[in-house]
Amino acid sequence: MGKILEINGPLVKLELPETVLGEQVRVGRLGLVGEVIGRDGDTALAQLYEDTAGLRPGEVADGLGWPLSVELGPGLLGAIFDGVQRPLQAVWEQSGDRMARGVAVPSLPRDKRWHFVPDPHRRAGTPLAGGDVLGTVQETESILHRILTPPLIHGELMELAPEGDYTIEEILGRVRMSDGRIEKLHLFHRWPVRTPRPFKRRDHAVAPLITGQRILDTFYPLLKGGKAAIPGPFGAGKTMLQQQIARWCNAEIVIYVGCGERGNELTDVLEFMPELKDPHTGRPLMERTLLVANTSNMPVVAREASVYVGITLAEYFRDQGLDVVMVADSTSRWAEALREVAGRLGQMPVEEGYPAYLGSRLAAFYERAGRVETMAGHHGSVTLIGAVSPPGGDFSEPVTSHTKEIIQTFWALSKELADARHYPSVDWLESFSGYIGSAAKWWAENVDPNWESERAQALDLLAASEELQRIVNLVGVEALSSEQRWTLEAAGLIKEGLLQQSAIDEIDSFASPEKQFALLAAMLEIFRQGMKLVKLGAPARRLIQMPLLAQARRWKSQHTSEDIAALKAKIAAIPGEFDKMMLEYEQTA
Amino acid sequence: MKNIEFRTATSAQGGLLVMGGVPGVAAGSRVQLRDHAGRLRSGLVIRAADDAVLVEVFEGTDDLDLERTWVRFLDEPFKLPVSRDILGRIFNGAGLPRDGRPPIISADRRDVNGEPLNPAARAYPREFIQTGISAIDGMNSLTRGQKLPIFSGGGLPHNRVAAQIVRQAKLLGESASEFVVVFAAFGASHADARFFEESFEESGVLNKVVMFLNLADEPVIERLLTPRAALTAAEYLAFDLDYHVLVVMTDMTAYAEALREVAVLRGDVPARKGYPGYLYSDLAEIYERAGRIKNRRGSITMIPVLSMPSDDITHPIPDLTGYITEGQIVLGRELSNQGVYPPVTVLPSLSRLMKDGVGKNFTREDHPHVASQLFASYAKALEVRGLAAIIGAEELSDADRRYLEFANAFERKFIGQGEDEDRSVYETLNLAWDLLSMLPADALIRVSEEELAKYHKGGAA
Repeated sequence: MGKILEINGPLVKLELPETVLGEQVRVGRLGLVGEVIGRDGDTALAQLYEDTAGLRPGEVADGLGWPLSVELGPGLLGAIFDGVQRPLQAVWEQSGDRMARGVAVPSLPRDKRWHFVPDPHRRAGTPLAGGDVLGTVQETESILHRILTPPLIHGELMELAPEGDYTIEEILGRVRMSDGRIEKLHLFHRWPVRTPRPFKRRDHAVAPLITGQRILDTFYPLLKGGKAAIPGPFGAGKTMLQQQIARWCNAEIVIYVGCGERGNELTDVLEFMPELKDPHTGRPLMERTLLVANTSNMPVVAREASVYVGITLAEYFRDQGLDVVMVADSTSRWAEALREVAGRLGQMPVEEGYPAYLGSRLAAFYERAGRVETMAGHHGSVTLIGAVSPPGGDFSEPVTSHTKEIIQTFWALSKELADARHYPSVDWLESFSGYIGSAAKWWAENVDPNWESERAQALDLLAASEELQRIVNLVGVEALSSEQRWTLEAAGLIKEGLLQQSAIDEIDSFASPEKQFALLAAMLEIFRQGMKLVKLGAPARRLIQMPLLAQARRWKSQHTSEDIAALKAKIAAIPGEFDKMMLEYEQTA
Repeated sequence: MKNIEFRTATSAQGGLLVMGGVPGVAAGSRVQLRDHAGRLRSGLVIRAADDAVLVEVFEGTDDLDLERTWVRFLDEPFKLPVSRDILGRIFNGAGLPRDGRPPIISADRRDVNGEPLNPAARAYPREFIQTGISAIDGMNSLTRGQKLPIFSGGGLPHNRVAAQIVRQAKLLGESASEFVVVFAAFGASHADARFFEESFEESGVLNKVVMFLNLADEPVIERLLTPRAALTAAEYLAFDLDYHVLVVMTDMTAYAEALREVAVLRGDVPARKGYPGYLYSDLAEIYERAGRIKNRRGSITMIPVLSMPSDDITHPIPDLTGYITEGQIVLGRELSNQGVYPPVTVLPSLSRLMKDGVGKNFTREDHPHVASQLFASYAKALEVRGLAAIIGAEELSDADRRYLEFANAFERKFIGQGEDEDRSVYETLNLAWDLLSMLPADALIRVSEEELAKYHKGGAA
């Protein structure tokens, strides 16, 4: 037992000898929880996850003997946790609308019974190692939860419970460890959040993550197991884009970490997710979703912990051989939490008040993404998408610039596009993807061999139009040649008919890879047919008046992803639209 | 401990007082000081240790005589007494009456810091509030439970716009008097405060308003308490008494500057422009108190007003605010100089909750598409206007000239309206179609073909 010496914001100095750095402490009469971040002789410095108002010097403090850990087992999916994995729904039922301090509610429900089916390979007397699957629990209709052996177990299985209903605390089995100790097995285990979970080896990421968003999938793809960042000033549609990804992406598990963001946004997710169907399984989306919420008005130290809680949960599902997407909104708030604590510790600030270790912390965090071969030999992945909120929309600020060096896919959001209500406001010139090669292979095998060249042509067109627009802004559109005007028009067609995608339009909200490619090919076909005519001497002015151009802009919201045939028929009819004019100009030529 | 006066002050500087040898003082506890002249001051414990307690003094530490300063630790946080009687009253930033009437006596005293709302307890805001202002209702609509700030600049009519919203705000099908208003002014001038007071009086809502005033010449540190006291009152009215509360706060920039002033004194590490790294969290503690709660009838809708230093929207205060609030209404100098009232610059304005509060079942089925089309067409029209400034309007094509006319009409007729003009959302939408009909139907791809057929004056594409 120790005692409080000093309280300074979320930092508390304790007289508490023999604590370990990172150890959890329980402090004061309210029993507030925190972790040790410094030791000096008999004193320990702890940061608390809750508001410290009302604590007094002299009150008791005690070390708990373990670092910040999460509970991993059935009952995670569909839940909403706070930054230190307290179940917010249960906390609400127990302590009311406001977050009372010192509430202790277990992360996973203790009274719920789960139907456990043991793995037939697990027999008494056989060897058992960390990561081995003990059996399964059908947690939701779409997700089969594999019960994993805790990573540090290594020995011989002594006994395992037969098929039946168990709570997570009932003993499921026993293992004799190699050193002779006997360990009990349960449906769940704990894992410290700041330690990456072990795996056998890293794998190459091969398949793209399909988000159904054309600007992402077609132009700047991300792979399953990859790392991406979405930087954007406020009002650029960052949240909307992330919610679209969480809704539509073809991962098996989606973990959404609201780190220092708006309370109403999480409510939005909580309310709309159960109503929506997973486009890939037809089941309610909430069944594959898990939320970690530390809203901007919740204590700042728990905000720093929340991203680690999220990524550890992600790794746990990865170890079951699943593809997991984790969206962290926003990593800037996490970095700011880091800065706030560093400031109180009196650490030397480097850039904009951030501590010198900002870059290495960010890098170590993003490194926890990846596609791996699990300890049990399955393949699983964690795809990490971090939102960045650069102050003033300035991408050269420390968090954005450090993140840019770490990630492979960069979806830069633009305020100008958002102001003109061009959504998603992903800037096609500033964004990049380091995964084009792998993605091209997948698109060629699964959708169309011409994906790479068509994509490149569309991007060329967009880049060219940017140049032309500059000329127009100086001297007016009349100064352009017909060829240039048609290029400009075609780029407009690509922007409005392909890149712009409405999240609130039922049909347009999600586009399958087939639909994405069909639309891309369609817009380029119109461009090429028109260009042929222009080269024959047709004035662009005439082409621009073709009703086809207005029609093609509506195709995206007229054809569902299942209705590709009708869309393809329209594309096949494109040359016909140009026939009459073609004949006219071929004769004069 | 509450009744013991300590005379152990060891140092004082710029609003901070260090007390030696007071054991067991609670962090965040309220403090009462009596100086040599017998005047009372109040403060807050910001760092507590047995050998030294750091106290922030709201009225400042000017002319404190350390040997003749007596300090009592009240052993509780700052609390605001609440009861139904607060309606119609005027308080100072710390919640004491400034209208000459007796203080509120109530056993129900609330910690002004509040407690964060459990995200699982929130209900998502969906009810459209009609403000009667087309630029807001038509394109950046306000929803019950939303926090929608007005970003403004010195000399712009943000106070008039805020007052107009307070006068006209109502749910569709209800009378304007549904709301009670909590008004907080910090760092505001006496003239501003009087403007609001008169405006409330004229519209006869004064008995439904609670005011918290900390004016420009009053203690700076008290400014940190003012919005918290106001929101404590708002929470009580909304979630205990079931009122729909409209909170108007002005000016958040003065609040943030007060926070910076105190942070510098405390020696906190500065982040951007000298503001402390926790400015974001601190602002969030205020803004996030807006909202709705499941199974409760009342709501808090918040309209903070902030002036952007040098009209710079990337300045830390509007920037961080924009990351927390659900959109922003931006007022522009250019429109204002042209005599457009309210000078709402629509393109950088945004309402994040609009998507869920308008359209079929809420306002009218074409509303989301019309709003999107107005944004797109006006953005395009501004491009054309930029071009016309270079090559001259005569050189524009016919199509472009129509956009130019559209832009002018849009600014005069749609954005511009009278200060007492209360337009219904249907009038706003019909007006929008009148303007969109100036453009050819096939240029309007954000609205559906059915909507074009129904509303466009020139028929379908």
